[in-house]
Amino acid sequence: MKLAATFLGVVVAVLLTIAMIFTAGWSHPPIVGQQNGYRGTAMVQITTPSAEARLKAANALPDPVEKASASGDRAVDVYKNVQVLTDLSADQFNRVMSSITQWVAPQQGCAYCHNVENMADDSLYTKKAARRMLQMTRHINTDWKAHVAETGVVCFTCHRGNPVPAFVWYDNPGFPHAGGFTATNDGMGHPNSVNGSTGLPQDPFAPLLEEAGTIRVQATEALPKGTGASIQSTEQTYSLMIAISNALGVNCTFCHNTREFGQWPESTPERVIAWHGIQMVRELNDKYLDPLKDVLPANRLGPLGDAPKASCATCHQGAAKPLLGVSLAKDFPELGGSSQ
Amino acid sequence: MSTYQNIFTQVQVRPAEAEMGVAGSRIERSGTPTFVHWLGTFGNAQIGPLYLGYLGLLSLIFGFAAFEIIGLNMLASVNWSPIQLVRQLPWLALEPPKPQYGISIMPPLNEGGWWLMAGFFLTTSLLLWWARMYRRARELGLGSHTAWAFASAIWLYLVLGFIRPLLMGHFSEGVPFGIFPHLDWTAAFSIRYGNLFYNPFHMLSIAFLYGSALLFAMHGATILAVGRYGGERELEQILDRGTAAERAALFWRWTMGFNATMESIHRWAWWFAVLVPFTGGIGILLTGTVVDNWYLWGVHHGIAPAYPQLWPPVIDPAAASGAAQ
Repeated sequence: MKLAATFLGVVVAVLLTIAMIFTAGWSHPPIVGQQNGYRGTAMVQITTPSAEARLKAANALPDPVEKASASGDRAVDVYKNVQVLTDLSADQFNRVMSSITQWVAPQQGCAYCHNVENMADDSLYTKKAARRMLQMTRHINTDWKAHVAETGVVCFTCHRGNPVPAFVWYDNPGFPHAGGFTATNDGMGHPNSVNGSTGLPQDPFAPLLEEAGTIRVQATEALPKGTGASIQSTEQTYSLMIAISNALGVNCTFCHNTREFGQWPESTPERVIAWHGIQMVRELNDKYLDPLKDVLPANRLGPLGDAPKASCATCHQGAAKPLLGVSLAKDFPELGGSSQ
Repeated sequence: MSTYQNIFTQVQVRPAEAEMGVAGSRIERSGTPTFVHWLGTFGNAQIGPLYLGYLGLLSLIFGFAAFEIIGLNMLASVNWSPIQLVRQLPWLALEPPKPQYGISIMPPLNEGGWWLMAGFFLTTSLLLWWARMYRRARELGLGSHTAWAFASAIWLYLVLGFIRPLLMGHFSEGVPFGIFPHLDWTAAFSIRYGNLFYNPFHMLSIAFLYGSALLFAMHGATILAVGRYGGERELEQILDRGTAAERAALFWRWTMGFNATMESIHRWAWWFAVLVPFTGGIGILLTGTVVDNWYLWGVHHGIAPAYPQLWPPVIDPAAASGAAQ
C-alpha cells in the first residue's frame, strides 16, 4: 500500500514535470533586451536570436519589379474600363498589374481577377475587390502619413503572396454557448489567439476597430467626477491592447510607461504613431473593408456574414515595423508611394 | 532518535486510541475516528470525529448552491461539453451584471442575475461558517482569535464584491467568479484606477503580507532551532520561561538588537496576518469612490517621482486634433 502510493506519487510528479517542460512555450536563451525608457522604469523590449531569425524569414522581400516611365501612352487610352489607375502610363499600369499578380495571386495568375477572354470585364468579384483595394492603398499612402510615414504600404505589405491576407479578422460569435437564461458573461471567459489566451473578451476588435468605442478608460484626474469607464470596457481595451502587442511583437512598454498607461507625457513617441494607426484601421474597416461584404462571395465572409477586416496584425504580422521597416512603396509612385 | 528535519517526519503523531477531545454535553461530534498513515507524516494521523452542527450543515448547503450556480453556468458557457469544461476551466467565468443594471438586484439571469445569486449564497455560506468558527471556539473555552482573523478575510471579500459595488452604484464593479477571470479583473481594476501600487493601503497590505511570510519563517525557524531544548512546548515556555525561550530571545537580540517574547510573537503574527486583508479592504473601498486615479493622486502628494524626458514631449494626438478617441 505504502509502496504503491509512493510509486503513484512518483509517476504523477514525473508526468506533471513533463507536461510543464513541454507545454510552457519556453524561449531558448540568450534573451536579448533593449532598453527603451528611462532606467528603472522596466521599459525594455525583449527578443531572442531565433525569434529574430524567424521574423526575418517571415519578412523576406518579393523580387523587385523594374520601374516604368510615367510618360508615354496613357493607360486609359490603351485599356478599357480603367477606373482607378487613370493617372498612369500604360507601362506603369502594366507594372502594377504584374506586381499585384506576384504579391497577391502568384499561383493563380491574372485569371484570379480577370476574365482572360476580356480583361476589361468586371464579372469576377476578385476584380471588384482588387479595385477597391487599390483605392485603399493609395488612400493610405497619401492621407495616412501620420501612421505609415514615408514608408507607405503596397499590396504585399498585407497579402504576402496570399489572395486573402493571413491576418484578417471577422466578427466573432464567441465560443458555442448554451444560451437561454444561462450567463452570457459579456463574451468573456474563453481563451483564443487574439486575446492572448486570457479570459478577457473573445473579440478584441469589433467594438473598438469596427465601431468607434472608447478605448480610453483611465480617469484623467485624481479624484472621481461622475461615472467613469466600467471594468468591462477596461477589459475590452485590455483585450485590444494585448492583440496590438502581439501584432507588433512588442510588449506594453513599447508605447507605455506601465506605471500609468493613460498618461501621454509618460508614453513613448511610438504611442502617437499607434494612435493614428488605430484611427486609420477604423476608417479602413468602415470605408473600404466592411462594405466589401456586398461584393465577396459567401465563402469569403465570416461566420456572421461580415467581410474580412484589418487589425494591426494585418500589416505588422509580428513586426514593430511591417516588413521590418523596408519601404516597397517608395518604388511605387503608381500606388501613391512617395519616391523621395 | 527521530527528529523533525523538514515538513515530513518519521514520528507518527498517532495515539494508541483515538482522542475524543474535551468531554461535555454540548460537544457532540459524529463519525468514527480513523487513522491515515500519510497524514501522519506531516500532521496528526487521526481523522475525525468532527462537529458539523446546524451552522456547518447550512454553510455547506449554501456553499454548495453557490458552487452549483457557478459550475453549471461555466458548463453552459461551453455548451454543456464536459471536455471543454475541463479544457477551459481556468478561463471560464461567471461575470457580474452589465453596467447598465446599476445596483438592481433583479438583472436578467443571463446578464448578471446568476452572479448576484451565487454571491448571495457564497456570502451566506461564509458568514455561517464564521459563526460556526466563533461558536466552536467558545464551546472549547478558547479565545475568538481565529474567528476574527477569518472576519478580516470576509471583510475584504465583502468590500470587493458587495460594499464597494454598492457605493459605486454598479454591481458591474464586482469581481467575476473564475480562476483567470478574477485575475484579469484584478489587472483591469488596477489599470482602470491608475495603478493600485500608488494606493497607500495597498502598500500597507503588501507590507503586512510579506511581513507575515517573514514572521512565519522567523518564528518557525526559531522554534525548530530551540526544539532541542524543549522550545516547541511554546505554551509552557510562555508561562515558565526556560532555556529554550532564553536562547531564542538572546539569538534575536544578538542578531537584530530586539526580540519578541514567546507570547508576543504570536500577537505579532496574528496582527500582521489580520492586517493584510483589513488594510487591503480599505484600499479597495477607497478606489473609485474617493480616488479615481491613484497615480495622479500619487503625483499630487509627491509619492510618484517624475522621470527625465528621453524624447521630445509626447502630446495627446486626440487633444491636438480635437477628436475624442
